[in-house]
Amino acid sequence: MKYVRFLIMGVLFGIVLSKGEIISWYRIQEMFRFQSFHMYGVIGSAVVFGILTIQFIKRTGLKDYHGNPISVATQEPGYARNLIGGTIFGLGWAITGACPGPLFILVGHQGWVFILAILGAVAGTFTYGLLQRYLMH
Amino acid sequence: MQQPWPWWVAGPLIAYVMFSLLYYGKGFGISTNFKTVCCMLGSCKVSDFFCFNWKDQIWNLMFIAGVVIGGFIASHYLTPDMAVNISPQTVSDLQEIGIANPGASYLPEEIFGAENVWSLRSLVFLLGGGFLVGFGTRYANGCTSGHAISGLSNLQWWSLVAVAGFFIGGLAMTHFILPYLISL
Repeated sequence: MKYVRFLIMGVLFGIVLSKGEIISWYRIQEMFRFQSFHMYGVIGSAVVFGILTIQFIKRTGLKDYHGNPISVATQEPGYARNLIGGTIFGLGWAITGACPGPLFILVGHQGWVFILAILGAVAGTFTYGLLQRYLMH
Repeated sequence: MQQPWPWWVAGPLIAYVMFSLLYYGKGFGISTNFKTVCCMLGSCKVSDFFCFNWKDQIWNLMFIAGVVIGGFIASHYLTPDMAVNISPQTVSDLQEIGIANPGASYLPEEIFGAENVWSLRSLVFLLGGGFLVGFGTRYANGCTSGHAISGLSNLQWWSLVAVAGFFIGGLAMTHFILPYLISL
């Protein structure tokens, strides 16, 4: 039962990205052609509110639901992997018109067709796991 | 509720989802679920990268289950009109490379519609595009939720490098490669 709250947050996230048209292939095309402010507004305002939220958490020592101070995990820095991996990700993003969140939302939207894209993504992740030691990070 | 939501509604709500996850001790990162699925399918046998206790990620699997349900609810009950009001410039650019009715619905049906799926073009878009997304996101150690939203919110400069990469790849695909893929 303790997982139900995550299910509900997922439902909210799915609805927000659908109603905000972030899952639309056309909106991603528009973004990569710099022809509308929409996607920049979505990501930009999420980041601005995100920065304010995290600064508030850090400065006030806000407690989580257990009563412990909230810790914000920091990812390992890795410039080469971020640039190369990010570029490969971007190539895929412009084809599917969907990053991982929208891929799942589109299963709810379009049905099983997008399970194929998720299978592709799982295969890509698996391939990375196999090749990891040979890649520059 | 039935109209599309503007960016200034969607963006702050995304930040709110990130905050809710932090409040319950979790980090916002959708692409980790692909790795979890690999782990559950036994990939640990072939690479240590997939050796971890997937049960620690059950919350995240529940989250994406909710995401699918949210997509279903939004498309079936909250969106009577699927047209997307994209810029006229995008419409004419996409018509030029062979998309019939840009903006008529969320996605180009000739590529992503179920009746057209078993064509070379659709399989390249779904399986090939999905593969690049899955490979790239793991290589970069995060996708849009982990780097663009959480990473930038946490002022991690290397997340900005990842986001720059997203755009290098996305721009190259959109402007140089996509026209060829659409003509497949």
